Amino acid sequence: MDFLNAIVTLLNYVIIPASSYGAQLALGALGVTLIYGILRFSNFAHGDTMAFGTAATIVVTWGLQSLGVSISPLPTALLALPFGILITAALVLGTDRAVYRFYRAKKSAPIILVMASVGVMFVMNGLTRFLIGVREIQFDDGVRFVINAREFKAATGLAEGLALRSTQVITLVTAVIVVWALFWFLGRTRTGKSMRAFSDNEDLALLSGINPEKVVAVTWIIAAAITTIAGTLFGLDKSFKAFNYFQLLLPIFAAAIVGGLGNPIGAIAGGFVIAFSEVAVTFDFRRVVAYLVPGDWTPSGPIQLLSTEYKFAVSFAILIIVLLFKPTGLFKGKSV
Amino acid sequence: MKRTPILFATMGLLLLAEGYFGSWNTALGIFNMGLISAVLALGVNMQWGYAGLFNSGIVGFVAIGGLAPVLISMPPNPGAFSAGGLGLILSFAVAVAALWAAVIVNRRASLHVRMVAIPLILFAGFLAYRAFFGPATNAIEAINTAAAGNLGGLGLPVAVSWPVGALFAAGAAWVVGKTALGLRSDYLAIATLGIGEIIVSVLRNEEWLARGVLNVNGIPRPWPVPREVDLQLSTSFTERAASFGIDPVTASTLTVKLLYAALFLIVLIALIWLAQKALSSPWGRMMRAIRDNETAAAAMGKNVTLRHLQIFIIGSAVCGLGGAMMITLDGQMTPGSYIPLRYTFLIWVMVIVGGSGNNFGSVLGAVLIWYLYTKAETWGPQLMGYITAGMTDGSVLKTHLQDSAEQMRLLTMGLVMLLVLRFSPRGLIPEK
Repeated sequence: MDFLNAIVTLLNYVIIPASSYGAQLALGALGVTLIYGILRFSNFAHGDTMAFGTAATIVVTWGLQSLGVSISPLPTALLALPFGILITAALVLGTDRAVYRFYRAKKSAPIILVMASVGVMFVMNGLTRFLIGVREIQFDDGVRFVINAREFKAATGLAEGLALRSTQVITLVTAVIVVWALFWFLGRTRTGKSMRAFSDNEDLALLSGINPEKVVAVTWIIAAAITTIAGTLFGLDKSFKAFNYFQLLLPIFAAAIVGGLGNPIGAIAGGFVIAFSEVAVTFDFRRVVAYLVPGDWTPSGPIQLLSTEYKFAVSFAILIIVLLFKPTGLFKGKSV
Repeated sequence: MKRTPILFATMGLLLLAEGYFGSWNTALGIFNMGLISAVLALGVNMQWGYAGLFNSGIVGFVAIGGLAPVLISMPPNPGAFSAGGLGLILSFAVAVAALWAAVIVNRRASLHVRMVAIPLILFAGFLAYRAFFGPATNAIEAINTAAAGNLGGLGLPVAVSWPVGALFAAGAAWVVGKTALGLRSDYLAIATLGIGEIIVSVLRNEEWLARGVLNVNGIPRPWPVPREVDLQLSTSFTERAASFGIDPVTASTLTVKLLYAALFLIVLIALIWLAQKALSSPWGRMMRAIRDNETAAAAMGKNVTLRHLQIFIIGSAVCGLGGAMMITLDGQMTPGSYIPLRYTFLIWVMVIVGGSGNNFGSVLGAVLIWYLYTKAETWGPQLMGYITAGMTDGSVLKTHLQDSAEQMRLLTMGLVMLLVLRFSPRGLIPEK
């Protein structure tokens, strides 16, 4: 019985939250890695693109709500998502046209593109604040729980409750669909194949008649879609605050590098590695241990490696370890 | 050749106009912070302008430099060191020993031994570190909690803390540079983003160190700068102020700000002189050669990674110096105010706009952008007032536009940066 309680505690506080957070990071890292694979620079504006996409989705959600449209028990934001993606895709295509294309044509060093992306980050940050303000916004109007902690306790008779929020289920299901669709696109369609060819060897791809501008445009659209989805899922799960998205930049980059920049499978694996490490390192295991050891062995203090304020340190430490020992990432990414 | 003095004179006129038409207090305030921004911009220019290294964690180096005035010049918190000092020293000694052991094992042992031993050593080291660290910090935080609750400082003059701030930042830069340099160029950008966030969150959360978000107030003034209150109490000062026809309160704040400006100018001029000397020396030529063509420089026998590490540490140290100066000017340490957009990316805009690779360009860019950034706070709502003048009062669009006017600052800064980067990538004062 106590063993069961320990497992439920672990599920409730570590495995479920880390899985949904991992899925959100994985989607974010997929966007970074796609841009890196095709355009060959680390996009610092990614966090703010995520924030902008979410803000656009929230605005459409409000519009739909005022029209009385609802897909209860699911949150209305899911219905607004396609519109949010369209708006974000238009914005990133616009920035590509206005900013990045110039440097691409000039074949500037990657670091110049990174610099330009910092400028884009500023502008997007301003746009997001202009669009929706700096307040913290809750926009989840769906049913809150799939499994309610109190009902779970009543049904099983366990001391520990298990809560499964609907946003967590939605996150995982959406992430699986998105990843499946992306891999189907990259592996089966003509455009997807030309993208992979372009990523592997630009010169050879150009030689075989692939239109680079089309590849770049498709990449931006896909990245915008994945990014908006990731941002909206994160916002549904936690809440929307523009600054939190900027702070996601570090774990997302860490996830992409751990997996190997430019490698989509790596990005997904990296997202889960980062999320599980972050949650496990900052979780206080005392309650789990208390169920597993005899009563008087229970330690008095918390069994926690780091306090939650230092969750960035986890991404950073993993990043440093990977850079020291395997700079190309766990799955083979682009060369150093 | 004529361009530089004209631009600097125009900047001076802008500040004088602010003083003449607005208030001298604001003008001097902008000037002082502009000088500190210039120090930061010089540091970033060394990294980006001389060597092409992208540091996206400037906020962290500024923050860790700002720690120095607290630890060096605040009065000691009696009893804090005897309560937890030994535990702290032990915990850090254990941490260093564990890292050192891991490095030794990594160099000497076979692959299989390494894979088991290194995680074990690090984990055991971390637990031992925690065992000493936790009780020590709790003991320190328990002492005089309301007023201090931290280690306190050494009580030395605050000017001593400026080079110490530079040393702190150099230490952090060494850790990051050692791991991330020599790999692809964007890795440094990402690693510095991480160290920046970590340093700031350490300052926010470690109350034994600098009181965390409780802030440290009353950091002593550097040597020639008096306190406003003392000036107002001195009869000779109030008489002299009256002879100029200024009331004593204004006169005292102006005097303090002018003295700060003089101090900062001395530091800035010394830095520019050193930087110019370095740039025109064989060392400076080598740095530019490495920046312009790493492969060719490496072929000539230059150790590119080592040189990058060197300039990265020097540039970060200058940022740390600027951070220490800023805390001295503010007179307080408020870790909550270290925002990356303000302390990392705004400094970037300064360097890019001023002219990367040119020290005078960075200085001009810093003062100009700081001036614009401060003024935009009032210009934004005014401009929005004109734009929305034709709309009906109380309409949703009008209130929204007026409320978001202050957010437009960031957008404008981003646009300025993008436009300069694209149409005038060499900046206002280009590199020769």
